[in-house]
Amino acid sequence: MAILKIDKLSKSFGGLMAVSNVSMSLEPGELVGLIGPNGAGKTTVFNLLTGIYVPSSGTITLYRDGREIKLQGKKPHNICKNGIARTFQNIRLFRDLTVIDNVRIAMHKNVGYGFLSGIFHLPSYHKEEKMLTEKCMELLNIFKLDHKKDEYARNLPYGEQRHLEIARALATDPILLLLDEPAAGMNPAETSQLTELICWIREKFNLTILLIEHDMSLVMKICERIYVLDYGMAIAEGTPDEIRSDRRVIEAYLGEAANDA
Amino acid sequence: MERLLQQVVNGISLGSIYALIALGYTMVYGIIKLINFAHCDVYMIGAYVGYFCMSYFRLGLLPSLLIAMVVCMLLGVAIEKIAYRPLRNAARITVLITAIGVSLFLEYGTMFFVKAETRTYPPLTGWLARIFRIGNVVISMQQIVLVGITVILMVLLQFIVKKTKTGKAMRAVSIDQDAAELMGINVDTTISFTFALGSALAGAAGVLVGIYYNSINPLMGMVPGIKAFIAAVFGGIGIIPGAMIGGYFIGMVEVFVSGYGNSMFRDAVVYAILILILIVKPAGLLGKNVREKV
Amino acid sequence: MGRLNEHPAIKKAIALVLSYVIVQMLISTNIISDYLQVTLATICINIILAVSLNLITGITGQFSLGHAGFMSIGAYMCALIVLRMPTIPGFLLGVFAGAAAAALVGCVVGLPTLRLRGDYLAIATLGMAEIIRVIFLNLEITNGAAGLSGIPKFVNWFWLFVFTAGTILVISNFIRSSHGRACISVREDEIAADAMGINTTKYKVMAFTFGAFCAGIAGALYATSFYFIEPGLFGFMKSIDVLVIVVLGGLGSISGSVLAAVLLAVISTLLQSFPEIRMVLYALLLIIIMLFRPQGLMGSKEISLNVFGKLGDLFASRKRRV
Repeated sequence: MAILKIDKLSKSFGGLMAVSNVSMSLEPGELVGLIGPNGAGKTTVFNLLTGIYVPSSGTITLYRDGREIKLQGKKPHNICKNGIARTFQNIRLFRDLTVIDNVRIAMHKNVGYGFLSGIFHLPSYHKEEKMLTEKCMELLNIFKLDHKKDEYARNLPYGEQRHLEIARALATDPILLLLDEPAAGMNPAETSQLTELICWIREKFNLTILLIEHDMSLVMKICERIYVLDYGMAIAEGTPDEIRSDRRVIEAYLGEAANDA
Repeated sequence: MERLLQQVVNGISLGSIYALIALGYTMVYGIIKLINFAHCDVYMIGAYVGYFCMSYFRLGLLPSLLIAMVVCMLLGVAIEKIAYRPLRNAARITVLITAIGVSLFLEYGTMFFVKAETRTYPPLTGWLARIFRIGNVVISMQQIVLVGITVILMVLLQFIVKKTKTGKAMRAVSIDQDAAELMGINVDTTISFTFALGSALAGAAGVLVGIYYNSINPLMGMVPGIKAFIAAVFGGIGIIPGAMIGGYFIGMVEVFVSGYGNSMFRDAVVYAILILILIVKPAGLLGKNVREKV
Repeated sequence: MGRLNEHPAIKKAIALVLSYVIVQMLISTNIISDYLQVTLATICINIILAVSLNLITGITGQFSLGHAGFMSIGAYMCALIVLRMPTIPGFLLGVFAGAAAAALVGCVVGLPTLRLRGDYLAIATLGMAEIIRVIFLNLEITNGAAGLSGIPKFVNWFWLFVFTAGTILVISNFIRSSHGRACISVREDEIAADAMGINTTKYKVMAFTFGAFCAGIAGALYATSFYFIEPGLFGFMKSIDVLVIVVLGGLGSISGSVLAAVLLAVISTLLQSFPEIRMVLYALLLIIIMLFRPQGLMGSKEISLNVFGKLGDLFASRKRRV
């Protein structure tokens, strides 16, 4: 039983087909890669999945707790509440807020107290805020950011900013995590550390992960399945080995990278 | 029918003034994304310069107009250099508040020197005072001059923006400041030039309003300023033909609301149009919607 | 004593009661004259306006130029009620009815316009405030341009204190709640906030409505302090006045807004003797602050009661050393 099904998804920007007729399906607990040359439409797929763009046609269906949830046309915050969280290619942290506030904001949807409790600081406020802080600290602990909780996000080194973005996405309590180039700009040591971390959080949080990545060593190492996009179309799908030897993929994109890997 | 025609004539006259002011707003917004609140006070200064030229130095309309345009041009460039340029990379709200500060400074500074009372433009004489009647429709020479000068200035502006090298630089800077700089365009000079053009037009509008409505005061810029800005938003801010269309549209609406409805609600209708436009098509009549890239 | 210092709520309460009592004593002993009491009322009303605009503009990042519009709704609503019910319950009813009416309008106006960004929103809110002004100018019940006069005065230091301290407390509590953080996230990055499950429209409208509610209170206090209101009092310039306080104090800093409201009142009292250049100096001040300290007096930082605590500690340690 799939957790997410994308059926004939298309998006055009004034005549330009950024994504055309893409169908995908993710199984629960899978770690799937989405690769393709620059401008192939990978990030557009993410933006369609998270509701930032509205699809021109096609359906996106999330299967959760035995329910079928249609996601196309829903607002981003609604999609997030249904259990899809993401990171951004060009890090979009709340730069001028502290590390812990970044995570706390992402936990907002699970906060139980209401407006009145918020403005009068009633007992439920204190109780829930305490729990919230504890949960945030647990999460920050995993990413080794707990000692920097009061640091401004903008002051973190680049790698830690990437980590914080993943922590923030996890704070929304997702079942499906979308990572947009998590290893971009990292050196090989950082990348291999990140690779381990991604595998580890998948187990720990019981996640399904879809990731966009240009770093082939990472993709080939951890992804169980890979989809390849080119000019907005899905040109191949399969295990890393199958993709490595797929002629169309090599032609479109992998080329030397396939030989290297 | 004649009443309708009369309203159209009055609407075009008023619209010309709005269009001239709106051009300044739209050009400045187009190039540095700032609502230049001080622009409407440049227009007020223009009216005063024209007034002093005509009543104290007894100059004719045309020399007064030219002097007012030059003074406003210098004023606009100075404002940009002193108040806005140091904040080129600051938050938008900071620059906007500076603009409000400059606006207040010009208004109350002027008030300090010329006092708050309303002054009357010297009456026009000779051929400028002629009035034409076509049936019952009255067209004054002032109106013809007003519209004529506006059209000439607009044609001139279009020529500068579309056909000259500086105009090309203006368009380049408004699309991408950094890229323009890399291509060897002097961004500072180009922005100064934009302020100069817009302010000169505002100066002209000031003098024309003086001869058309006769009375001027230091706070005269506020309401027409906001309305001209609405005109610019209506046509699509940053787009020069849009400001012209918007100016005439707002002028017409105002004249018709006062002519056929309740003149007390004249301003409210204009603001309501603004809000409606912003909600339905925030990019304006000729504008394109741009999305933030994610 | 040390035990007491650890309880922020108690510390806060002590500070509040103290400031109330001190000012009350100054009024009783006539050190704060009748004239200064007028300034005091102005300061308190401006604090409420500035703090609530700060919630909209500084905290939530939605640039509004129409705060005076909400203020006028509160003022007229309260004045109309108090003129018919010149009693304390009537006054309280007036204040809350005024605030509720302003909040309602804020919500109705906010829903469509808050989709706009930055400058467009600023212009739309400006237009809204102007429309409200024109409506008051033309309604029979509000007596048009002549305005309403003979409004009974109810506001004294007690009520000023209750509503001003109340507004500050409630808004600063809000900012430190999860809802407040949601508002801040909208300011920081709307797209990221949305993707993290924050219903950005909801929180923008919430901040706008809440801010309008407080501006309504300020308007109601204005009407019942100064006997007379007319539409011209709540024009574009009033909105700008409030914005200046907020920016001067620092966008996002509640204590900054309070500080700036007091400071500007002092400056404007000092400049009273030079009416011609008062506005010129005011404008220059605005430009100079923006050029040299664009983040305002306080930036986005807050003065907290801890400052007093720290001062106390410093004092205590010095004593010990002696």
